[in-house]
Amino acid sequence: MYITSLKAALACAVSMNVAIAYGATDIDELNNKLEEYEQRIESLESKQAEDRPYGSRTSEYSSRKTTNNLFNPAISVIIDGVYASYKNNPEDYQLPGFALGGEAELSPEGFSLGHSEIIFSNNIDDKFYGQFTLAFAEHDNELEVELEEAFFETLSLGGGFTIRGGRFYSALGYLNQIHEHAWDFKDSPLVYRALFGNQYFDDGLRLSVIMPTDLFLEFGAEAFSGSKYPAGGEHDGVGSWVVYANIGGDIGVSHSWQAGMSYWAADKIEREYGGHSHGGTAETPLFEGDSKTIGLNAIYKWAPAGNYRERNVKLQFEYFDREDEGNLTLLNSGPPEETSTLDSRQDGWYAQATWKFARSWRTGIRYDRLDSDNNGSDIGVLDEAGLVSNGHTPKRASVMAEWVPSEYSRIRLQYNRDDSYQVSDDQVYLQYTFSIGSHGAHAF
Amino acid sequence: MLSRSASFFGFVSLLWAYAGMAQATLDVFACEPEWAALAKELGGDRLEIYSATTASQDPHHIQARPSLIAKARKADLVICTGAELEVGWLPLLLRRSGNAGIQPGQPGHFLAADYVDMLEVPDKLDRRLGDIHVSGNPHVHTDPRNILRIAGQLTKRLQALDPDHADHYQQRHRDFESAWQRAMRNWNERATGVKGARIVVHHHFWSYLIDWLDLSKVATLEPVPGVSPSSRHLAQLKQSLQQQSAVMIVDTGYMNDRPVRWLSEQAGIPIVTLPASVDFQNGESLYQWFDKLVDLLLEPVK
Repeated sequence: MYITSLKAALACAVSMNVAIAYGATDIDELNNKLEEYEQRIESLESKQAEDRPYGSRTSEYSSRKTTNNLFNPAISVIIDGVYASYKNNPEDYQLPGFALGGEAELSPEGFSLGHSEIIFSNNIDDKFYGQFTLAFAEHDNELEVELEEAFFETLSLGGGFTIRGGRFYSALGYLNQIHEHAWDFKDSPLVYRALFGNQYFDDGLRLSVIMPTDLFLEFGAEAFSGSKYPAGGEHDGVGSWVVYANIGGDIGVSHSWQAGMSYWAADKIEREYGGHSHGGTAETPLFEGDSKTIGLNAIYKWAPAGNYRERNVKLQFEYFDREDEGNLTLLNSGPPEETSTLDSRQDGWYAQATWKFARSWRTGIRYDRLDSDNNGSDIGVLDEAGLVSNGHTPKRASVMAEWVPSEYSRIRLQYNRDDSYQVSDDQVYLQYTFSIGSHGAHAF
Repeated sequence: MLSRSASFFGFVSLLWAYAGMAQATLDVFACEPEWAALAKELGGDRLEIYSATTASQDPHHIQARPSLIAKARKADLVICTGAELEVGWLPLLLRRSGNAGIQPGQPGHFLAADYVDMLEVPDKLDRRLGDIHVSGNPHVHTDPRNILRIAGQLTKRLQALDPDHADHYQQRHRDFESAWQRAMRNWNERATGVKGARIVVHHHFWSYLIDWLDLSKVATLEPVPGVSPSSRHLAQLKQSLQQQSAVMIVDTGYMNDRPVRWLSEQAGIPIVTLPASVDFQNGESLYQWFDKLVDLLLEPVK
């Protein structure tokens, strides 16, 4: 209606112009005028289009669809399974110089359920984000459900600050924060298996800050209850804590990198290792004392023109060095209970490279190595606990190839030449990992 | 002692001066180069613009790299396409940035697809249908009419974030609007020869351009969005193209062009590779990009 009356007015205006301009007989000028009016009409029309109301828009700045499932949390389900084959008996697995704990054991031989997960996440409101992860695994024919993550994170502190609270994976290492289904190999690096029982999480609080620089610079501190392996025991306040720093950037459009360092400390802990049966009763080594760990990591990625999906190379290196000082007791031993002082130094590293050479194919290699130097008043007790290496340095070489038909599915074949202990083992894994549900974003 | 404290104060005041300078312009983080180029038209020197991707990158598959987190941390305004195009990386960047002003719902969070009519909104959501987007086809920037609509909204947003210079944005928007309309008339005239042309596309990337220029899409190489064509699918395409031919196969710069080359050779149809977006990093403008698109489309019908 508005537009039509405007058009009428325009026709009128043009004819008036014609009347005035006729004497000058400047047709070009008339055409120019006509064009100018046409432009104005078009701009009014487009303005009208812009001002169309969007019924579903809730506020001036909010988007039309703000979440994946409207107000339900984004849910993604990870279905993971493995077929494992070993030359040695997986029950005999050990890492001389490192007492095993956490989830350090090997997958059972044959078919088994891997590490299936359900992840719920969403923005809670304009100030908080929340994530909740349940992991399902089967041990000795019993289904175990573990709450791996249940945390909130602030969105509106500003100044580069973020607070995370609840149960979450510590930022003490690069791989430690990555969900198992997103790892590049079926199993964790030996150093993670040996020092953290695969992955370290606990209940606590994290404060991190990103600096306002072009170079990525992040500093963070975490305080935990200290009740989870490799810490343990009851603590009134903060049982373990972490400080970390990460730095990273790009080199041109095809290269990017990140490097980080961390320090983990836990005092007066009671670390219980996984027990091993000794003709009936299980003798469980218990470490009581102070522990600290230094971590270093470096990651480099290359993707031609930054098209990561088509082709890429990723190099990854991590190093950890732990010192323990205190007492070691063998629970359920004796009587009297066998005990020793413990002064231990354990370190290890892994380096890996993956190469995505086609859109749905990827391959990778990895090398692991551990070293330890453990001393105590009674070497016999240390030996019982698995803390005597007898000069053996655990190492492992792995190679894998995977078929990735889409972002949601992956089938992987992996071979390990495993020298974790004195008898070399050949390990083969055929693993499938599928994700259904919402499309989660993956960290660098 | 005095000189030391003097140099300290000198340093502090330098820092302040730097902070003041940093406030003088708005830091804009554009997810794609087309929005960086549009922001440049509308903001000029008032904006410090960074584009997270280049025209030769697939914006569906970007890594949430440390450098991008650092840039998002400093941004006053994030301009992205939305419609789940950046779902694999943008939410993570926003969360990790620790930047309150660019979170969804804030003035510093602008999604272009919110302000245009979406094409190809799916009736059914099933991953068998490929990489489909709940809100519809996200490649809205390939229709210059959409650019005009988004420009109006973006101007309002820039004015809200930088009210002291509202007149500056108003003036630039007015200039852009008339220049863009003139350019659109020119493109429309020049593209007359290609209107109604029968084309084959690789990905559903150019749906908005097809709509704008009234092209007639007879086939798509990807069987479903985001999935590479199988050889069987290609053979079927070849057969159907023998029955009803097309004048060109339209491909996108960043995609794997092997299946396209095969079909082109087999069916004898020329390939037209269109750049997915503005080459912002090398100083190209939105005008130059659309000029190039029209030129390239005209080549096979000359």
